[in-house]
Amino acid sequence: MSLLSNTFVLLGKELRTEFRSRELLTTTIVFILIVIVLFSFTFDPTSDESRRFAPGLLWLAFLFASSLMLQPCFLREQHNDTLSALRLSVTDPFAIFLAKLAANTLFLLLTELLLLPIFATMYNVPVLSVLHWLALVFFLASLGISIAGTALSAISAQARMRELLLPLLMLPLLTPILVASTEVTKALFDRAPYVQWKGIGFLAVFDVVFLTALCLFGEYLLEE
Amino acid sequence: MAKNILAAALVFLLLAAAAYASFFIAPSDAKQGLIYRILFLHVSSAWTGLTAFLIGFVGNLLYVWKRQPRWDWLGVSAVEVGLAFTTVVLVTGPIWAHPVWGIWWTWDARLTSTFVMWLLYVSYLLLRTLVEEPDRRALFSALFGIFAFLDVPLVFGSIRWWRTQHPQPIVMGGADSGMDPVMFRVLMFSWLAMLALMTLLLRQRYRLEAMRSELETMRHELEAA
Repeated sequence: MSLLSNTFVLLGKELRTEFRSRELLTTTIVFILIVIVLFSFTFDPTSDESRRFAPGLLWLAFLFASSLMLQPCFLREQHNDTLSALRLSVTDPFAIFLAKLAANTLFLLLTELLLLPIFATMYNVPVLSVLHWLALVFFLASLGISIAGTALSAISAQARMRELLLPLLMLPLLTPILVASTEVTKALFDRAPYVQWKGIGFLAVFDVVFLTALCLFGEYLLEE
Repeated sequence: MAKNILAAALVFLLLAAAAYASFFIAPSDAKQGLIYRILFLHVSSAWTGLTAFLIGFVGNLLYVWKRQPRWDWLGVSAVEVGLAFTTVVLVTGPIWAHPVWGIWWTWDARLTSTFVMWLLYVSYLLLRTLVEEPDRRALFSALFGIFAFLDVPLVFGSIRWWRTQHPQPIVMGGADSGMDPVMFRVLMFSWLAMLALMTLLLRQRYRLEAMRSELETMRHELEAA
Protein backbone atom coordinates (compact mmCIF):
# COMPACT_ATOMS: atom_id res chain seq x y z
CA MET A 1 0.00 0.00 0.00
CA SER A 2 2.78 2.39 0.93
CA LEU A 3 4.39 1.66 -2.44
CA LEU A 4 1.33 2.94 -4.27
CA SER A 5 0.76 5.97 -2.08
CA ASN A 6 4.47 6.87 -2.26
CA THR A 7 4.35 6.49 -6.02
CA PHE A 8 1.36 8.80 -6.33
CA VAL A 9 2.97 11.50 -4.21
CA LEU A 10 6.17 11.30 -6.25
CA LEU A 11 4.25 11.23 -9.52
CA GLY A 12 2.51 14.43 -8.43
CA LYS A 13 5.92 15.98 -7.79
CA GLU A 14 7.21 14.90 -11.23
CA LEU A 15 4.17 16.29 -13.00
CA ARG A 16 4.25 19.57 -11.06
CA THR A 17 7.94 20.07 -11.83
CA GLU A 18 7.35 19.56 -15.53
CA PHE A 19 4.12 21.52 -15.89
CA ARG A 20 5.64 24.53 -14.15
CA SER A 21 8.23 24.93 -16.87
CA ARG A 22 6.91 22.67 -19.65
CA GLU A 23 10.52 22.60 -20.89
CA LEU A 24 10.65 18.91 -21.68
CA LEU A 25 7.36 18.77 -23.53
CA THR A 26 7.94 21.83 -25.69
CA THR A 27 11.47 20.89 -26.71
CA THR A 28 10.45 17.31 -27.49
CA ILE A 29 7.47 18.39 -29.58
CA VAL A 30 9.55 20.86 -31.58
CA PHE A 31 12.24 18.21 -32.07
CA ILE A 32 9.74 15.68 -33.42
CA LEU A 33 8.20 18.31 -35.71
CA ILE A 34 11.64 19.03 -37.14
CA VAL A 35 12.27 15.31 -37.69
CA ILE A 36 8.85 14.87 -39.37
CA VAL A 37 9.51 17.74 -41.77
CA LEU A 38 13.07 16.66 -42.54
CA PHE A 39 11.99 13.08 -43.19
CA SER A 40 9.51 14.22 -45.83
CA PHE A 41 12.49 15.19 -48.04
CA THR A 42 13.92 11.68 -47.98
CA PHE A 43 11.02 10.11 -49.90
CA ASP A 44 7.99 11.21 -51.89
CA PRO A 45 5.21 11.36 -49.29
CA THR A 46 2.35 10.22 -51.50
CA SER A 47 -0.36 8.14 -49.90
CA ASP A 48 1.09 4.75 -50.87
CA GLU A 49 4.65 5.61 -50.01
CA SER A 50 3.50 7.06 -46.70
CA ARG A 51 1.74 3.88 -45.75
CA ARG A 52 5.01 2.05 -46.25
CA PHE A 53 7.41 4.46 -44.60
CA ALA A 54 5.35 6.53 -42.17
CA PRO A 55 5.08 3.98 -39.33
CA GLY A 56 8.83 3.47 -39.17
CA LEU A 57 9.44 7.18 -39.40
CA LEU A 58 6.93 7.90 -36.66
CA TRP A 59 8.48 5.43 -34.24
CA LEU A 60 12.03 6.41 -35.07
CA ALA A 61 11.11 10.04 -34.36
CA PHE A 62 9.52 9.07 -31.04
CA LEU A 63 12.47 6.91 -30.10
CA PHE A 64 15.02 9.63 -30.80
CA ALA A 65 12.87 12.18 -29.03
CA SER A 66 12.50 9.94 -25.99
CA SER A 67 16.27 9.57 -25.72
CA LEU A 68 16.32 13.36 -25.30
CA MET A 69 13.27 13.49 -23.11
CA LEU A 70 14.40 10.87 -20.59
CA GLN A 71 17.76 12.53 -20.13
CA PRO A 72 16.84 14.97 -17.33
CA CYS A 73 14.75 12.54 -15.30
CA PHE A 74 17.60 11.61 -12.95
CA LEU A 75 19.97 14.36 -13.96
CA ARG A 76 17.65 16.95 -12.47
CA GLU A 77 17.75 15.16 -9.12
CA GLN A 78 21.50 15.05 -9.26
CA HIS A 79 21.92 18.72 -10.13
CA ASN A 80 19.67 19.72 -7.27
CA ASP A 81 21.19 17.13 -4.94
CA THR A 82 17.77 15.71 -4.19
CA LEU A 83 18.33 12.02 -4.90
CA SER A 84 19.31 11.15 -1.31
CA ALA A 85 16.34 13.07 0.05
CA LEU A 86 14.10 11.24 -2.38
CA ARG A 87 15.48 7.90 -1.31
CA LEU A 88 14.99 8.70 2.35
CA SER A 89 11.42 9.79 1.80
CA VAL A 90 10.13 6.46 0.47
CA THR A 91 9.82 3.06 2.09
CA ASP A 92 10.50 1.20 -1.17
CA PRO A 93 12.93 2.75 -3.68
CA PHE A 94 10.94 1.09 -6.46
CA ALA A 95 8.35 3.85 -5.90
CA ILE A 96 10.87 6.39 -7.25
CA PHE A 97 11.16 4.39 -10.46
CA LEU A 98 7.44 3.78 -10.71
CA ALA A 99 6.71 7.48 -10.35
CA LYS A 100 9.37 8.50 -12.83
CA LEU A 101 8.40 5.93 -15.41
CA ALA A 102 4.71 6.77 -15.03
CA ALA A 103 5.52 10.46 -15.52
CA ASN A 104 7.70 9.68 -18.55
CA THR A 105 5.00 7.48 -20.06
CA LEU A 106 2.49 10.29 -19.59
CA PHE A 107 4.82 12.84 -21.18
CA LEU A 108 5.48 10.56 -24.14
CA LEU A 109 1.77 9.85 -24.59
CA LEU A 110 0.96 13.54 -24.43
CA THR A 111 3.59 14.29 -27.08
CA GLU A 112 2.23 11.50 -29.27
CA LEU A 113 -1.32 12.73 -28.82
CA LEU A 114 -0.38 16.24 -29.91
CA LEU A 115 1.72 15.11 -32.84
CA LEU A 116 -0.44 12.36 -34.27
CA PRO A 117 -3.00 14.69 -35.97
CA ILE A 118 -0.21 16.80 -37.47
CA PHE A 119 1.59 13.70 -38.65
CA ALA A 120 -1.56 12.14 -40.09
CA THR A 121 -2.37 15.32 -42.00
CA MET A 122 1.10 15.82 -43.40
CA TYR A 123 1.63 12.22 -44.46
CA ASN A 124 -1.94 11.45 -45.58
CA VAL A 125 -2.48 8.48 -43.32
CA PRO A 126 -5.99 7.78 -42.03
CA VAL A 127 -5.93 7.41 -38.25
CA LEU A 128 -9.47 8.17 -37.09
CA SER A 129 -10.93 4.73 -37.74
CA VAL A 130 -8.13 2.92 -35.90
CA LEU A 131 -7.57 5.47 -33.16
CA HIS A 132 -8.38 3.15 -30.26
CA TRP A 133 -5.93 0.52 -31.50
CA LEU A 134 -3.28 3.15 -32.08
CA ALA A 135 -3.83 4.33 -28.50
CA LEU A 136 -3.14 0.80 -27.26
CA VAL A 137 0.09 0.52 -29.29
CA PHE A 138 1.20 3.98 -28.19
CA PHE A 139 0.54 3.09 -24.57
CA LEU A 140 2.40 -0.25 -24.62
CA ALA A 141 5.35 1.11 -26.60
CA SER A 142 5.65 4.30 -24.55
CA LEU A 143 5.54 2.26 -21.38
CA GLY A 144 8.33 0.01 -22.67
CA ILE A 145 10.45 2.98 -23.74
CA SER A 146 9.91 4.62 -20.35
CA ILE A 147 10.73 1.51 -18.31
CA ALA A 148 14.01 0.84 -20.06
CA GLY A 149 14.80 4.52 -20.52
CA THR A 150 14.21 5.46 -16.89
CA ALA A 151 16.49 2.65 -15.69
CA LEU A 152 19.21 3.64 -18.15
CA SER A 153 18.95 7.33 -17.37
CA ALA A 154 19.68 6.46 -13.74
CA ILE A 155 22.87 4.82 -15.01
CA SER A 156 23.89 7.48 -17.49
CA ALA A 157 23.27 10.32 -15.02
CA GLN A 158 26.30 9.13 -13.07
CA ALA A 159 28.67 8.87 -16.01
CA ARG A 160 30.78 11.28 -17.99
CA MET A 161 29.43 12.43 -21.39
CA ARG A 162 26.00 11.45 -20.13
CA GLU A 163 24.13 13.28 -22.88
CA LEU A 164 25.78 11.08 -25.47
CA LEU A 165 25.74 7.92 -23.40
CA LEU A 166 21.99 7.60 -22.85
CA PRO A 167 21.07 7.21 -26.56
CA LEU A 168 23.96 4.75 -26.96
CA LEU A 169 22.66 2.55 -24.16
CA MET A 170 19.00 3.04 -24.93
CA LEU A 171 18.56 2.81 -28.68
CA PRO A 172 20.01 -0.68 -29.26
CA LEU A 173 18.16 -1.97 -26.20
CA LEU A 174 14.88 -0.65 -27.61
CA THR A 175 15.26 -2.35 -31.00
CA PRO A 176 12.45 -4.84 -30.20
CA ILE A 177 10.06 -1.98 -29.38
CA LEU A 178 10.89 -0.18 -32.62
CA VAL A 179 10.40 -3.31 -34.72
CA ALA A 180 7.18 -4.45 -33.06
CA SER A 181 5.45 -1.07 -32.82
CA THR A 182 6.38 -0.20 -36.41
CA GLU A 183 4.85 -3.44 -37.66
CA VAL A 184 1.67 -3.07 -35.64
CA THR A 185 1.28 0.54 -36.80
CA LYS A 186 1.94 -0.49 -40.40
CA ALA A 187 -0.89 -3.03 -40.18
CA LEU A 188 -3.18 -0.31 -38.81
CA PHE A 189 -2.25 2.13 -41.61
CA ASP A 190 -2.95 -0.54 -44.24
CA ARG A 191 -5.63 0.02 -46.92
CA ALA A 192 -7.56 -2.74 -45.14
CA PRO A 193 -6.49 -2.09 -41.53
CA TYR A 194 -6.09 -5.04 -39.20
CA VAL A 195 -4.87 -5.60 -35.66
CA GLN A 196 -1.63 -7.49 -35.34
CA TRP A 197 -2.11 -9.25 -32.02
CA LYS A 198 1.29 -10.86 -32.19
CA GLY A 199 2.92 -7.44 -32.08
CA ILE A 200 0.70 -6.16 -29.30
CA GLY A 201 1.47 -9.29 -27.27
CA PHE A 202 5.15 -8.84 -27.97
CA LEU A 203 5.11 -5.25 -26.70
CA ALA A 204 3.33 -6.43 -23.56
CA VAL A 205 5.97 -9.13 -23.02
CA PHE A 206 8.76 -6.58 -23.41
CA ASP A 207 7.09 -4.34 -20.83
CA VAL A 208 6.64 -7.18 -18.36
CA VAL A 209 10.23 -8.46 -18.74
CA PHE A 210 11.80 -5.06 -18.18
CA LEU A 211 9.39 -4.03 -15.43
CA THR A 212 10.27 -7.22 -13.58
CA ALA A 213 13.99 -6.57 -14.09
CA LEU A 214 13.55 -3.01 -12.85
CA CYS A 215 11.59 -4.24 -9.85
CA LEU A 216 14.36 -6.72 -8.99
CA PHE A 217 17.39 -4.53 -9.66
CA GLY A 218 16.06 -0.97 -9.53
CA GLU A 219 17.13 -0.28 -5.96
CA TYR A 220 20.78 -0.95 -6.85
CA LEU A 221 20.60 1.79 -9.46
CA LEU A 222 19.96 4.31 -6.71
CA GLU A 223 22.87 3.30 -4.51
CA GLU A 224 25.46 5.85 -3.60
CA MET B 1 54.40 -19.23 -16.42
CA ALA B 2 55.23 -22.72 -17.65
CA LYS B 3 51.63 -23.69 -17.05
CA ASN B 4 50.46 -20.80 -19.23
CA ILE B 5 52.73 -21.78 -22.07
CA LEU B 6 51.57 -25.37 -21.80
CA ALA B 7 47.90 -24.32 -21.87
CA ALA B 8 48.50 -22.03 -24.86
CA ALA B 9 50.33 -24.83 -26.68
CA LEU B 10 47.47 -27.20 -26.02
CA VAL B 11 44.90 -24.73 -27.32
CA PHE B 12 47.07 -24.10 -30.38
CA LEU B 13 47.21 -27.84 -31.08
CA LEU B 14 43.45 -28.16 -30.71
CA LEU B 15 42.87 -25.25 -33.10
CA ALA B 16 45.32 -26.70 -35.59
CA ALA B 17 43.55 -30.06 -35.41
CA ALA B 18 40.17 -28.37 -35.87
CA ALA B 19 41.50 -26.47 -38.89
CA TYR B 20 42.90 -29.71 -40.33
CA ALA B 21 39.58 -31.48 -39.75
CA SER B 22 37.57 -28.70 -41.36
CA PHE B 23 39.77 -28.63 -44.44
CA PHE B 24 40.59 -32.30 -44.95
CA ILE B 25 38.24 -34.55 -42.98
CA ALA B 26 34.85 -32.91 -43.49
CA PRO B 27 33.45 -33.82 -46.92
CA SER B 28 32.76 -31.10 -49.49
CA ASP B 29 29.24 -29.70 -49.57
CA ALA B 30 27.05 -30.92 -52.44
CA LYS B 31 25.92 -27.40 -53.41
CA GLN B 32 28.52 -25.05 -52.01
CA GLY B 33 31.71 -27.02 -52.60
CA LEU B 34 34.69 -25.70 -50.70
CA ILE B 35 33.42 -22.35 -49.50
CA TYR B 36 31.08 -23.87 -46.92
CA ARG B 37 34.14 -24.87 -44.86
CA ILE B 38 34.11 -21.39 -43.35
CA LEU B 39 31.13 -22.74 -41.38
CA PHE B 40 33.48 -24.46 -38.96
CA LEU B 41 34.98 -21.10 -38.02
CA HIS B 42 31.81 -19.03 -38.34
CA VAL B 43 29.33 -21.18 -36.44
CA SER B 44 31.75 -22.31 -33.75
CA SER B 45 32.75 -18.67 -33.13
CA ALA B 46 29.07 -17.70 -32.88
CA TRP B 47 28.34 -20.39 -30.29
CA THR B 48 31.51 -19.57 -28.38
CA GLY B 49 30.63 -15.86 -28.37
CA LEU B 50 27.19 -16.67 -26.97
CA THR B 51 28.77 -18.92 -24.34
CA ALA B 52 31.06 -16.05 -23.32
CA PHE B 53 28.11 -13.66 -23.03
CA LEU B 54 26.30 -16.21 -20.90
CA ILE B 55 29.34 -16.40 -18.60
CA GLY B 56 29.37 -12.60 -18.52
CA PHE B 57 25.71 -12.56 -17.54
CA VAL B 58 26.37 -14.97 -14.68
CA GLY B 59 29.30 -12.76 -13.61
CA ASN B 60 27.05 -9.68 -13.70
CA LEU B 61 24.34 -11.36 -11.64
CA LEU B 62 26.84 -12.62 -9.09
CA TYR B 63 28.41 -9.17 -8.80
CA VAL B 64 25.06 -7.53 -8.07
CA TRP B 65 24.38 -10.22 -5.50
CA LYS B 66 27.77 -10.69 -3.81
CA ARG B 67 29.56 -7.40 -4.57
CA GLN B 68 32.93 -9.07 -4.87
CA PRO B 69 35.25 -7.46 -7.44
CA ARG B 70 36.14 -10.82 -8.94
CA TRP B 71 32.65 -11.17 -10.42
CA ASP B 72 33.06 -7.79 -12.05
CA TRP B 73 36.39 -8.94 -13.49
CA LEU B 74 34.71 -12.06 -14.81
CA GLY B 75 31.88 -10.00 -16.30
CA VAL B 76 34.06 -7.59 -18.23
CA SER B 77 36.51 -10.30 -19.34
CA ALA B 78 33.72 -12.50 -20.67
CA VAL B 79 32.07 -9.62 -22.51
CA GLU B 80 35.34 -8.59 -24.15
CA VAL B 81 36.16 -12.13 -25.21
CA GLY B 82 32.57 -12.64 -26.39
CA LEU B 83 32.82 -9.47 -28.45
CA ALA B 84 36.01 -10.71 -30.08
CA PHE B 85 34.30 -13.94 -31.14
CA THR B 86 31.18 -12.10 -32.29
CA THR B 87 33.38 -9.82 -34.39
CA VAL B 88 34.80 -12.93 -36.06
CA VAL B 89 31.21 -14.00 -36.79
CA LEU B 90 30.32 -10.61 -38.28
CA VAL B 91 33.43 -10.63 -40.47
CA THR B 92 33.26 -14.24 -41.66
CA GLY B 93 29.50 -13.96 -42.30
CA PRO B 94 29.75 -11.59 -45.28
CA ILE B 95 32.81 -13.46 -46.60
CA TRP B 96 30.66 -16.58 -46.74
CA ALA B 97 27.47 -14.83 -47.86
CA HIS B 98 28.97 -13.15 -50.90
CA PRO B 99 29.78 -16.23 -52.99
CA VAL B 100 26.78 -18.23 -51.71
CA TRP B 101 23.93 -15.71 -51.55
CA GLY B 102 25.44 -13.22 -54.01
CA ILE B 103 25.29 -10.40 -51.48
CA TRP B 104 27.55 -9.34 -48.63
CA TRP B 105 24.83 -8.68 -46.14
CA THR B 106 21.16 -9.41 -45.77
CA TRP B 107 18.89 -8.09 -43.02
CA ASP B 108 18.10 -11.56 -41.81
CA ALA B 109 17.21 -12.38 -38.20
CA ARG B 110 20.45 -13.99 -37.17
CA LEU B 111 22.72 -11.46 -38.87
CA THR B 112 20.80 -8.45 -37.67
CA SER B 113 20.32 -9.65 -34.11
CA THR B 114 24.00 -10.61 -33.89
CA PHE B 115 24.85 -7.10 -35.01
CA VAL B 116 22.47 -5.50 -32.48
CA MET B 117 23.91 -7.78 -29.76
CA TRP B 118 27.40 -6.68 -30.75
CA LEU B 119 26.31 -3.03 -30.47
CA LEU B 120 24.76 -3.65 -27.04
CA TYR B 121 27.99 -5.10 -25.68
CA VAL B 122 30.08 -2.36 -27.27
CA SER B 123 27.85 0.07 -25.35
CA TYR B 124 28.56 -1.97 -22.21
CA LEU B 125 32.31 -1.45 -22.68
CA LEU B 126 31.78 2.24 -23.49
CA LEU B 127 29.78 2.64 -20.30
CA ARG B 128 32.68 1.21 -18.33
CA THR B 129 35.08 3.76 -19.73
CA LEU B 130 32.74 6.62 -18.77
CA VAL B 131 32.20 5.83 -15.08
CA GLU B 132 35.24 6.72 -13.00
CA GLU B 133 34.52 5.34 -9.58
CA PRO B 134 35.38 1.57 -9.55
CA ASP B 135 32.49 0.28 -7.40
CA ARG B 136 29.93 2.32 -9.25
CA ARG B 137 31.41 1.29 -12.61
CA ALA B 138 31.21 -2.37 -11.62
CA LEU B 139 27.63 -2.11 -10.38
CA PHE B 140 26.25 -0.07 -13.28
CA SER B 141 27.93 -2.12 -15.95
CA ALA B 142 26.72 -5.31 -14.27
CA LEU B 143 23.16 -3.99 -14.30
CA PHE B 144 23.41 -2.87 -17.91
CA GLY B 145 24.91 -6.27 -18.77
CA ILE B 146 21.88 -7.96 -17.22
CA PHE B 147 19.47 -5.74 -19.18
CA ALA B 148 21.42 -6.33 -22.39
CA PHE B 149 21.40 -10.10 -21.95
CA LEU B 150 17.65 -10.10 -21.29
CA ASP B 151 17.19 -7.99 -24.41
CA VAL B 152 19.01 -10.37 -26.76
CA PRO B 153 16.20 -12.98 -27.08
CA LEU B 154 13.67 -10.15 -27.55
CA VAL B 155 15.78 -8.59 -30.30
CA PHE B 156 16.10 -11.97 -31.99
CA GLY B 157 12.38 -12.71 -31.65
CA SER B 158 11.25 -9.35 -33.00
CA ILE B 159 13.54 -9.47 -36.00
CA ARG B 160 12.74 -13.09 -36.76
CA TRP B 161 9.01 -12.52 -36.71
CA TRP B 162 8.89 -9.34 -38.71
CA ARG B 163 12.07 -8.38 -40.45
CA THR B 164 13.41 -11.52 -42.06
CA GLN B 165 13.10 -11.52 -45.80
CA HIS B 166 14.08 -15.15 -46.25
CA PRO B 167 12.13 -17.74 -44.31
CA GLN B 168 15.40 -19.30 -43.17
CA PRO B 169 18.99 -18.79 -44.27
CA ILE B 170 19.69 -21.30 -47.05
CA VAL B 171 22.80 -22.42 -45.27
CA MET B 172 22.37 -25.24 -42.79
CA GLY B 173 20.87 -24.23 -39.48
CA GLY B 174 22.40 -27.01 -37.38
CA ALA B 175 21.80 -30.71 -36.99
CA ASP B 176 18.09 -30.58 -37.80
CA SER B 177 18.67 -29.36 -41.33
CA GLY B 178 20.25 -32.69 -42.19
CA MET B 179 23.96 -32.09 -41.84
CA ASP B 180 26.33 -34.88 -42.80
CA PRO B 181 27.37 -36.74 -39.59
CA VAL B 182 31.08 -36.22 -40.28
CA MET B 183 30.49 -32.51 -40.85
CA PHE B 184 28.54 -32.36 -37.61
CA ARG B 185 31.33 -34.04 -35.66
CA VAL B 186 33.91 -31.69 -37.16
CA LEU B 187 31.69 -28.74 -36.22
CA MET B 188 31.43 -29.97 -32.65
CA PHE B 189 35.18 -30.45 -32.51
CA SER B 190 35.74 -26.92 -33.86
CA TRP B 191 33.42 -25.61 -31.19
CA LEU B 192 35.38 -27.46 -28.55
CA ALA B 193 38.63 -25.96 -29.85
CA MET B 194 37.07 -22.49 -29.83
CA LEU B 195 35.80 -23.02 -26.28
CA ALA B 196 39.33 -23.93 -25.25
CA LEU B 197 40.59 -20.74 -26.88
CA MET B 198 37.87 -18.78 -25.11
CA THR B 199 38.84 -20.25 -21.75
CA LEU B 200 42.47 -19.36 -22.34
CA LEU B 201 41.65 -15.78 -23.34
CA LEU B 202 39.16 -15.41 -20.52
CA ARG B 203 41.73 -16.53 -17.96
CA GLN B 204 44.33 -14.12 -19.24
CA ARG B 205 41.90 -11.24 -19.48
CA TYR B 206 40.61 -11.94 -15.98
CA ARG B 207 44.13 -11.83 -14.58
CA LEU B 208 44.80 -8.59 -16.39
CA GLU B 209 41.64 -7.07 -14.93
CA ALA B 210 42.61 -8.26 -11.44
CA MET B 211 46.04 -6.66 -11.79
CA ARG B 212 44.54 -3.48 -13.18
CA SER B 213 42.19 -3.28 -10.23
CA GLU B 214 45.04 -3.87 -7.79
CA LEU B 215 47.03 -1.11 -9.45
CA GLU B 216 44.08 1.24 -9.20
CA THR B 217 43.72 0.54 -5.48
CA MET B 218 47.43 1.12 -4.91
CA ARG B 219 47.29 4.39 -6.82
CA HIS B 220 44.35 5.56 -4.71
CA GLU B 221 46.20 4.65 -1.53
CA LEU B 222 49.29 6.54 -2.72
CA GLU B 223 47.23 9.60 -3.55
CA ALA B 224 45.53 9.45 -0.16
CA ALA B 225 48.84 9.13 1.70
